[in-house]
Amino acid sequence: MSTTENAPLLTVDKLIVEYPSKRFRAKPFRALTDINITIGQGETLGLVGESGSGKTTLGRAVLGLAPVTGGKIIFEGNDISNATRKQRRTLSRDLQVVFQDPYTSLNPALEIGDILAEPLGVQGMEKTAAKKRVKELLDQVGLPSDAIHRLPREFSGGQRQRVAIARALALSPKLIVCDEPVSALDLTTQARVLDLFLQIQNDTGVSYLFVSHDLDVVRHISHRVAVMYHGEIVEQGPADVVTRDPEHPYTQRLLLASPVPDPDRQEKRRADRHRLLEIQRQQTEQAGALA
Amino acid sequence: MSDSVETAAAAAAPVPPAPTGQSGTVVRSTVLRRLFRNPLGLIAMAILTTITLLAALAPVIAPFQENFANIAKTLAAPDAVNILGTDSAGRDVWSRLLYGGQLTLLSAVLCAAVAIAIGLPSGLIAGYYAGKFEAVSNWMVSILMSLPGLIVLLTIRAAFGPSVWISMIAFGILISPSYFRLTRSAVQSVRNELYVDAARVSGLSDRSIIARHIFSVVRAPIIIQTAAIAGVAIAIQSGLEFLGLGDPAKATWGVMLSEGFKNVYLTPTLLFWPAFAMALTIGALVLLGNAIRDALEDADKIKHRRKKMHDAEHAASASAAKAARKTLAAVEAGTEHHLVKVTNLGVGYPQADGSIKKVVDDVSFHVDRGEILGIVGESGSGKSQTAFSILGLLPDTARIVGGAIQFDGNYTVAPGDEKVNQDRLSKLRGKRISYIPQEPMSNLDPAFTIGYQLVTPMVRVLGISKAEATKRAMKLLSDVGIVNPERTFKAYPHEVSGGMAQRVLIAGAISCEPDLIIADEPTTALDVTVQADVLELIRDLQRSLGVGVILVTHNFGVVADLCDRVAVMQNGRLVEDGPVRDILRNPKQKYTQTLLASMLEGKTPMTMLVSSEKEPVA
Repeated sequence: MSTTENAPLLTVDKLIVEYPSKRFRAKPFRALTDINITIGQGETLGLVGESGSGKTTLGRAVLGLAPVTGGKIIFEGNDISNATRKQRRTLSRDLQVVFQDPYTSLNPALEIGDILAEPLGVQGMEKTAAKKRVKELLDQVGLPSDAIHRLPREFSGGQRQRVAIARALALSPKLIVCDEPVSALDLTTQARVLDLFLQIQNDTGVSYLFVSHDLDVVRHISHRVAVMYHGEIVEQGPADVVTRDPEHPYTQRLLLASPVPDPDRQEKRRADRHRLLEIQRQQTEQAGALA
Repeated sequence: MSDSVETAAAAAAPVPPAPTGQSGTVVRSTVLRRLFRNPLGLIAMAILTTITLLAALAPVIAPFQENFANIAKTLAAPDAVNILGTDSAGRDVWSRLLYGGQLTLLSAVLCAAVAIAIGLPSGLIAGYYAGKFEAVSNWMVSILMSLPGLIVLLTIRAAFGPSVWISMIAFGILISPSYFRLTRSAVQSVRNELYVDAARVSGLSDRSIIARHIFSVVRAPIIIQTAAIAGVAIAIQSGLEFLGLGDPAKATWGVMLSEGFKNVYLTPTLLFWPAFAMALTIGALVLLGNAIRDALEDADKIKHRRKKMHDAEHAASASAAKAARKTLAAVEAGTEHHLVKVTNLGVGYPQADGSIKKVVDDVSFHVDRGEILGIVGESGSGKSQTAFSILGLLPDTARIVGGAIQFDGNYTVAPGDEKVNQDRLSKLRGKRISYIPQEPMSNLDPAFTIGYQLVTPMVRVLGISKAEATKRAMKLLSDVGIVNPERTFKAYPHEVSGGMAQRVLIAGAISCEPDLIIADEPTTALDVTVQADVLELIRDLQRSLGVGVILVTHNFGVVADLCDRVAVMQNGRLVEDGPVRDILRNPKQKYTQTLLASMLEGKTPMTMLVSSEKEPVA
């Protein structure tokens, strides 16, 4: 949190997120424990972990959609961990989101043009200016300009995700939280959308907090990677280190679990995985024996 | 009901909530058009419009004032002056009917308006914010609903006099919980939708979120409800007046009904006209509500040509005729040894315009015993439809439009068949052909224990005793790598993890010693580390049991891990097939090359995946 030239865009410091329990007087459910991350200007932090590891919750906490129980979220030097709706409105110019499911993240009753104009209207942009900006955005994400008057259901999953990306880009934000933005897409569509993310970062210098369960996706798009496991970050560092030579046992398992598209190399990976699991099992046994 | 028609129009046409006026124009036009295309809706709207116009123009049309009495001419039969006759005080029935319509309809509108004014905002707030407001309003609603409505109305009449307006306001309050509940549940269902989250991130105020994103969801049900409530209000109000509790100085249909009842032996038509007007109005309201509901539900459904048992025979005879024309009349000699052979299979769905949309087209492949065939493709490639046609689990509307499927030397779909022959397949399915689904959780019944769901099919299919089946189930569970079989056996599906549930389903799939297992994306819903374990399990079981496997997947890594041969599908057609090493290393077809090029493994990070040319739209 130094206030030097290279102060990070986003700093998350000892963040704790707890959800109140449904049952009376039961202990609240702790979704995140002691999270520390930073994201610099134009940088992508990949967040990888299995379902229930808390990676989506971390993204939502940054966006103000999850309750912050402890710790701080600092964006451009301001503590936003408990920002009011009014502060959020100012913040939304710089902080945006792309959700996983392109089918439910767009209001089915609104035309694409209205969906894209919504964040512009909130910031008080005039109608004609907003219309011009919407056209620019459609062009930027590679959609035809006649999309303005069409409804979300008339588009495929990949195209809808482009609309969602365009909405996030509308206000030229500094950070976009991407919550599994390519998991619901086909392989070839995923490749094109990833290209789009990279292209946009090249053009605009935006930063991403990129949440995914897929180590390959995270490796491809991230500068740095953080690995989450049971609500904690177990390992973080430069992408090529974490995704090729990980230190934490869970990351090691994760790396060897994802199959490669070649039978012989996959056979070798399978053998490696068996060896790793065996070693880890022995280590746990030893640890158990010592305890 | 002067408003009902207008409300209906306003309904479909969104009340422009935000500055961006014309939101949802597309929806509006189609809903209205569908409404007009529905004859019942059209009739209902015509009736309501006519009645509303007549009532509104009463001062112009009506030949007499509502209370103008001609003492010399009481209980007269219809004539040129009094076209519907006169009542016991010599008042003109037709005029009173028109004026009465005015008051009756207005009071019904008032009742609905009061109910909406109370129920809608409170329902929106309770649904959106939940918390204390919801708790308190739930209490209020419960109290309101437990009040005996008619008695309250009688009390109010006693306290405030016989005013139609006061009793309808009271009834509106009493009936407002129906709007509250409707609105609240509709809002709750969308409160956590991602697009609402996205709006929050955009910094929209709660009020704009409700107006823009939430209100559109409750609009339609509110209109339908209003049509019903207005009908009820007319009935209740007339009921009170019929009991003699109305204001005798004002003409309403209820007062006229009461008056007619008193003279029912002298002039029965006095009872008929107000009753007819009420029946017409209430009936039209109900029909209109139904028509709007139909228009809002996606209407253009294809009428199911539900042909049942006799249809199978019909198809069989037709198939015999067709078979004569086809070259593949019998199982081709020399192909009996294939476990499954699919020949030129085509599967299609009849469309509304009578054409057939093909989802699988001219697909041929085979699987031998002890072999794993991978079918790879993107969504919409027809890979699951192909697998389901082997299982005979295609939806009712699906048609086999060409080709044949043979299993172990016998046709399950003979050339010329229009449908999968269920008689032949039900003998195979679950016994010799089994299935591992994509979503393990939704394929286990939450109401039964895992043990029960494993044992029952075994008892039925294998004909063994329950004790024996239980023993077998325990062994199967430990075979699929479940550490504590007893505990899992007794557990309910929600008590186990997704990976565990998939193991249970695999145990179920191998429980009856099948020859062929069809696995439809068996690991897609699982975490990567769990996927590796499940793949391991399928591989081991396949080796030890020697079964043939058809593995439907989109993941080339999974293919490389398990499969001996691969078939690549695109848009319902088979692009290429061959041994796994050939396809993955030297794909011949452009499409396969594109698919493999989209894989991230081995790519330089931060580089463009699809060539740098102007990219096409996904």
